[in-house]
Amino acid sequence: MAAALGAPAERREGLQKITGSARYAAEHVPDGRAYAWPVPATVARGTVRAVDASAALRQPGVLAVLTPENTPRLAEPDDPTLAVLQNPRVPHRGWFVALVVAETLEDARAGAAAVRVSYDAEEHDVSLTEDHPAAYAPEKANAGYPGSTRRGDPDGAFGSAAVRVDTRYRVPPLHNHPMEPHASTAHWDGGRLLAHTSSQGSTAVRATLAKLFGLPEERIVVVAEHVGGGFGSKGTPRPDVVLAALAARHTGRPVTLALPRRQLPAVVGHRAPTLHRIRLGAGADGRLTSLVHEVTTHTSRVKEFVEQAAVPARVMYAAPHSRTVHRVAALDVPTPSWMRAPGEAPGMYALESAMDELACELGMDPVEVRILNEPETEPDSGKPFSSRHLVECLREGARRFDWSRRDPRPRARREGALLIGTGVAAAMYPVNISPSTAAARALPDGTFLVRVNATDIGTGARTVLAQVAADTLGVPLERVRTEVGRSDLPSASLAGGSSGTASWGWAVHEASVRLTDRLAEHTGPLPAEGVEARADTAGQADADSPWARHAFGAHFAEVAVDTVSGETRVRRLLGVYAAGHILNARTARSQFIGGMTMGLGMALTEGSTMDAAFGDFTESDLASYHVPAHADVPEVEAHWIDEDDPHLNPMGSKGIGEIGIVGTAAAIGNAVHHATGVRLRELPLTPDRMLTALTSV
Amino acid sequence: MRPFAYVRATGVEDACAALASRPGARPLGGGTNLVDLMKLGVEEPTTLVDVSRLPLDTVEELPDGSLRVGATVRNSDLAAHPAVRDRYPALSQALLAGASGQLRNVATTGGNLLQRTRCPYFQDVSKPCNKRAPGSGCGAREGVHRDHAVLGHSEQCIATHPSDMAVALAALDARIELYGPAGARDVAADAFHRLPGDHPERDTEIRPDELVTAVVLPPVTAGLPSLYRKARDRASYAFALASVAGVLRIADGVVAHAGLAFGALAHRPWRARTAERALLGAAPTPAAFEHAVDLELSAARPLRDNAYKVPLARGLAVDVLTRLAGT
Repeated sequence: MAAALGAPAERREGLQKITGSARYAAEHVPDGRAYAWPVPATVARGTVRAVDASAALRQPGVLAVLTPENTPRLAEPDDPTLAVLQNPRVPHRGWFVALVVAETLEDARAGAAAVRVSYDAEEHDVSLTEDHPAAYAPEKANAGYPGSTRRGDPDGAFGSAAVRVDTRYRVPPLHNHPMEPHASTAHWDGGRLLAHTSSQGSTAVRATLAKLFGLPEERIVVVAEHVGGGFGSKGTPRPDVVLAALAARHTGRPVTLALPRRQLPAVVGHRAPTLHRIRLGAGADGRLTSLVHEVTTHTSRVKEFVEQAAVPARVMYAAPHSRTVHRVAALDVPTPSWMRAPGEAPGMYALESAMDELACELGMDPVEVRILNEPETEPDSGKPFSSRHLVECLREGARRFDWSRRDPRPRARREGALLIGTGVAAAMYPVNISPSTAAARALPDGTFLVRVNATDIGTGARTVLAQVAADTLGVPLERVRTEVGRSDLPSASLAGGSSGTASWGWAVHEASVRLTDRLAEHTGPLPAEGVEARADTAGQADADSPWARHAFGAHFAEVAVDTVSGETRVRRLLGVYAAGHILNARTARSQFIGGMTMGLGMALTEGSTMDAAFGDFTESDLASYHVPAHADVPEVEAHWIDEDDPHLNPMGSKGIGEIGIVGTAAAIGNAVHHATGVRLRELPLTPDRMLTALTSV
Repeated sequence: MRPFAYVRATGVEDACAALASRPGARPLGGGTNLVDLMKLGVEEPTTLVDVSRLPLDTVEELPDGSLRVGATVRNSDLAAHPAVRDRYPALSQALLAGASGQLRNVATTGGNLLQRTRCPYFQDVSKPCNKRAPGSGCGAREGVHRDHAVLGHSEQCIATHPSDMAVALAALDARIELYGPAGARDVAADAFHRLPGDHPERDTEIRPDELVTAVVLPPVTAGLPSLYRKARDRASYAFALASVAGVLRIADGVVAHAGLAFGALAHRPWRARTAERALLGAAPTPAAFEHAVDLELSAARPLRDNAYKVPLARGLAVDVLTRLAGT
């Protein structure tokens, strides 16, 4: 029997999705369902003086208006962004100050427009600068990384380096904008709550709701059967599920709240802007002697979230002297959160752009400079790598991209008004694994049922977990069914940090091993309910590893820059990855090229502007926040080098959901420099910036 | 969204009567902009007069060689029409450079002309905007205005008109046919949209009880070349940062006719009359093109963050004229 793992199995819910029968959170229609529409604050800082709901309540169909005054008090959440309508404080523009519940969506929207809110407004500050007086160095950055690190004497080494690069980059705020907005349908039945929600992990949603509403977890079921993308913004519960549950309890009706697209930027998190300063010192031989990466970012007044953008510098290159620093300023801005490859995506844009600048200073090939600085062990921790094939990715990518024929001189290729260039950047993403539980059951009809509260956010989780079980059980893939996406299944970790397949797959593997053992002991026909085995990987999956574990990759880009219009378009994009064993060639490719496409957007089209006067993001719809259109995305290729790494998990896999966006923007920016001789250091590389730079050459 | 009445018009007169008798009524074509604005609370019509089914969905050849495009002809159909592709390529190109395939399939010719600015302050009822709420101020002038006007703006308003199609119509000397209680009239395409002045709330010269019934493209000299070029942040589904429509006829080695209009630089398609005058009779050389375009753009008054539009528009226009001269 052919192994299921590694095969390009088709995603199991594909037919449902393309025929429209897959139902998403807002499409569950319990009897008597009502709709909710939030009212966002229109000041950037202050206090709600009063909410006048009288006109709204007179509107046809309006059932209730929840305000900070009349909303029942919730227990204090771990995440303060979920303390919705609990007090009159307005920490940023767009913070919800009321919620209208009505018979129809239109009634709810009209009701929300009729709510009158008065404020005691205060002076606000939403403008991040590198020298912002409120900026401080936090103890921890996001994901628990130390805020600052230091090895040796980075300033001394930089000062005496033969070749130096001292440069700054800016990454603007970015928005996740999944196709499916954040949406929830909540239904109370007696003291029990059923919530359909668009989330990357319903186990955590259940725990949060239990705490907020003071309920035992057994009385709550959270369902996230199909999720139309999240990109990190659905990693933890967002206000929609809390508000839907509050509104349903308040009105005694099931309530759906699908957040309007224009409200998403303010309330579901964003990638915080990052201001980077990088100093690289190297010998004339190209070997780094000093690497300093300092990042300044913002967070909100609500909670501290520090985009961990200086973390890649602790992993990537052998520099004997190094310092990484995060600084953060709490401003009157919406609360930032996770967005695909938080930390790595902006951090590697800066670091890999600086490496390109170093290669130019040295007059060396940028592929070779990276290979020359390959470390023996992880630079900051000193740990050995469980596997690291960055050099192989760079070499294989260079071969496929025909890199050897590249003329290294900038501005050397011209086609009429177009300047053509190529660029390279490395990619890296850490291996994250969380404990999960799973159950595997053998049924009398010869089929198997695997149950685990994994979440399929469009990645193919259902499919790959069936592959894991099939191979472990030694049965054909068609005989394995998976149930995911409900909190009453064996609890599991979220689809985030590129950890899902490794975390859930480990538990599924373990349960399947145990089931095999049980079946070996079993005699006679199986009972009607079948035979089940369960597994819990706590203590294993989260055990400290003596190994530094990361996936690596290399991105190559070719761009054409129009010197008349300033428009930059990508012609070719290639990614080569080393990410352990690839468990499903079809869905993995889809993850890689999806990440690369998002990286293309980060490089060229996506950018959000914080309006200093009003304190909100100007680009709040998909007409103005430019995710790439099909016409922007040309030939995108993803390949991989299979790694045999025994220090990961039973499948030998590394996460692949995020590495595609890491370094992609740098490869494109480096290609733009190669094409034009102009180094733009602020994303995105839009025509206005490009043309301004080209005309000032 | 405020509740509204819906009337399906059966004929042009019927539609105009509905518009005239119901204050606050608006004609509904494809609805791709109007319905969005209603959801945002920017437009609050009392009545929608659905004109999308009026018998104005044909493109006819008139005896004098001009082409009459009915107001409900869809943008996709107009772009693909053989006569348009053949004789007015700039119009076809402009249409195809606008919006997305899905939107073009629904959007109408009349609706395209009457679409409103995408200025973010206009679209957000929680912010000041003299166009949406006269007298409330302008959020964009000191705010986020990279996409805003460099020509013809006023203290009151710096918004741009978003249409690509209208820019081509201006350069092509099209006329807009209107019908109202006072009967039919027509207006030159480049005089249809207004500059903001002290009344930015008025985008065009149309009266509230009038309907756009057609666009008439004048007869063209055989083989008259025209071109549309647009610069934008992404390759599709993005409004112009700047655009140019050009028409050029050269006879006896000199420019015999020039039509040039800019998009995304002003509150209306910007017909470059100054440049056209400078080109007339000149030899079609890059230097002459640059000189003419510079004369036109010397009137530009960029704001803090949109000065790039001047060299961008200059480059696009010189490129379009150069290519037209070479064909």
